[in-house]
Amino acid sequence: MKDIQTTVVENQEISSGYFRMKILAPEFGRMVKPGQFVMVKVRQLNDPFLRRPFCVFRIGFLPPESDGLPPREYLELVFKVVGRGTEILATLKTGDRIAILGPLGNGFDLDSIGEDLLLVAGGIGVAPLYMLGEACAKKKKVRLLLGGRTRDDILAVTDFERLGIETYVSTDDGTLGEKGLVTEVLAQTLADGAPSAVAVCGPMAMISVVQTICRKQQVPLQVSLEALMACGVGACLGCMVKGAGHSEAEPRLLTVCKNGPVFRDVDIDWAQFA
Amino acid sequence: MSGISQQPAEPWKPNLQVDIGGLTLRNPVMPASGTFGYGEEYAELVELGKIGAIVTKGLSLKPKTGNPTPRIAETPAGMLNAVGLQNVGIDCFVRDKLPFLRSVDTPVIANFFGNTLEEYGEVAKKLSDVPEVAAAELNISCPNVKQGGIVFGTDPRAASEVISLVRKNYSKPLIVKLTPNITDITVVARAAVEAGADALSCINTLTGMSIDVRSRSPRLANVTGGLSGPAIRPVAVRMVYQVAQAVSVPIIGIGGIVEVEDAIEFLIAGATAVQVGSANFVNPGTMGHLVDGLEAFCIEEKIRDIRELIGSLRI
Ligand SMILES: Cc1cc2nc3c(=O)[nH]c(=O)nc-3n(C[C@H](O)[C@H](O)[C@H](O)COP(=O)(O)OP(=O)(O)OC[C@H]3O[C@@H](n4cnc5c(N)ncnc54)[C@H](O)[C@@H]3O)c2cc1C
Ligand SMILES: Cc1cc2nc3c(=O)[nH]c(=O)nc-3n(C[C@H](O)[C@H](O)[C@H](O)COP(=O)(O)O)c2cc1C
Ligand code: FES
Repeated sequence: MKDIQTTVVENQEISSGYFRMKILAPEFGRMVKPGQFVMVKVRQLNDPFLRRPFCVFRIGFLPPESDGLPPREYLELVFKVVGRGTEILATLKTGDRIAILGPLGNGFDLDSIGEDLLLVAGGIGVAPLYMLGEACAKKKKVRLLLGGRTRDDILAVTDFERLGIETYVSTDDGTLGEKGLVTEVLAQTLADGAPSAVAVCGPMAMISVVQTICRKQQVPLQVSLEALMACGVGACLGCMVKGAGHSEAEPRLLTVCKNGPVFRDVDIDWAQFA
Repeated sequence: MSGISQQPAEPWKPNLQVDIGGLTLRNPVMPASGTFGYGEEYAELVELGKIGAIVTKGLSLKPKTGNPTPRIAETPAGMLNAVGLQNVGIDCFVRDKLPFLRSVDTPVIANFFGNTLEEYGEVAKKLSDVPEVAAAELNISCPNVKQGGIVFGTDPRAASEVISLVRKNYSKPLIVKLTPNITDITVVARAAVEAGADALSCINTLTGMSIDVRSRSPRLANVTGGLSGPAIRPVAVRMVYQVAQAVSVPIIGIGGIVEVEDAIEFLIAGATAVQVGSANFVNPGTMGHLVDGLEAFCIEEKIRDIRELIGSLRI
């Protein structure tokens, strides 16, 4: 874990309201495990006050600054503009200062995935799944179900395809790929044969449906959750979720930032999201 | 060449050491309770041996699960929290968290609270049996569940009663942390000192509220929460100043400290030391930066002892 002051390499609007930002991260990138995140200070002022959590989408290397020097690591974020912090982030340009704290959280459990991984993403939920796909694509069968409301919400398809990951797109309005919900595509896919593991990230309503489907079919599921965060390191206790079997008498409270953000579905009390 | 020989200035370092009611700190910078976990959470990012003390999350007799989520909401230059004093409880703290703190060469201040008068007394007793705890910080911003939920710290008589009881059970340095949610903070400050407080911490969070106008619902599940961060600093500085006029025990200034100047402002207002709260979340390097900055400021201003700054306000 490191707290670094660094610079933006590139910031590009890839779809209406969605950006991809590359941030120089020397000796940082190599520490990141799939599913981990960083806390970003969007500008060095007291307002907005808190850092914002973002998954690490991808790690890359820039050519060295001159011969003999090592290539320069960067990390890439994919983000959606939803409020003040992300609006400011969207205005940052090459060379602008930015502070990142991380890598944070546990990341996906790679050991329990088996041979046939199915990734399920809703919109910006693709963010934590690319590195997972990348880590698995060489040795395992990996497929991606990518859903969104409309075509603008479908991101990074070519990145996944370049890894050799079969990608199935669906949109609620049918403007790209199959018309319908990604959860319907999931139900169909599982009916044709269960993968050895499913990993999901997206809006809570969608995650809940995915969880119900996977439970019924007894497919092991890993979910990447979101929560409001102040610290990102387990100190403020702002980001709690109830673990499976939680009760006042026998509390099982988990921090999304440190115990998560990735959880096995069996470790979470799903009633809290109903 | 002129006849006056330039003597190279003797390199010197100012004294940053301060005394808080019998507890000597290497410098006046420490974390505020609840913003630094039990120390270990920040061990990878903060040089724990460099700060004046480590202040724990508020401890209670039994573990406490706290409030439902959402527990935090960002506000202009600050944040609201309604964590609800979630903590592992005093016994688990001693068993699981203290061993790590023992390995750090920095005094540990245990912040604690109770739901009833008796609970406050019990925790104080337990803390006095823990040699690694150098001092206790008593949080009186809690409702008394046995007496209609009146907050101990808002009533001088209730405050006096709980502090006297704790004082009987705890002989090491006792710091009482005051709530700002009161008309005249000096009334409770005086009562606290009379009841045996060795030092006072000012301030805890200011009660606040934030509403999502689309859903018309409060942003915190608990409806209200405690405001912290730069937004509260002027209120905190004013209260430290008022308390410093009213009592003669050392004061720990807390509220929205981010920069070195902020910490110095509190010292000039009358604080002997400072605590950094929400700023730890934003910049874990804040405390280390403050220690260096205080030293640099003293050198620049030719201040040999940081204590010269305490209460040095010129009006
Ligand atoms: C572990 C984790 C990873 C994430 N990864 C990504 C990602 O890769 N790409 C992406 O676009 N978004 C991601 N998010 C969501 C992202 O953090 C929020 O969209 C962002 O904080 C919104 O900030 P804002 O100032 O624009 O919005 P505002 O609504 O103005 O923010 C106000 C406050 O609420 C918080 N907040 C608002 N929405 C969310 C949310 N959905 N989750 C957590 N906090 C929120 C903000 O951090 C801030 O403290 C992630 C969230 C978490 C918890
Ligand atoms: C998330 C959070 C948790 C806190 N928990 C406690 C606590 O357990 N006990 C306590 O006395 N104060 C607690 N506080 C109050 C802080 O110690 C401090 O008094 C307050 O945040 C003001 O300082 P700041 O503006 O620097 O954050 C908490 C504050 C925050 C933000
Ligand atoms: S964000 Fe602070 S504990 Fe998780």
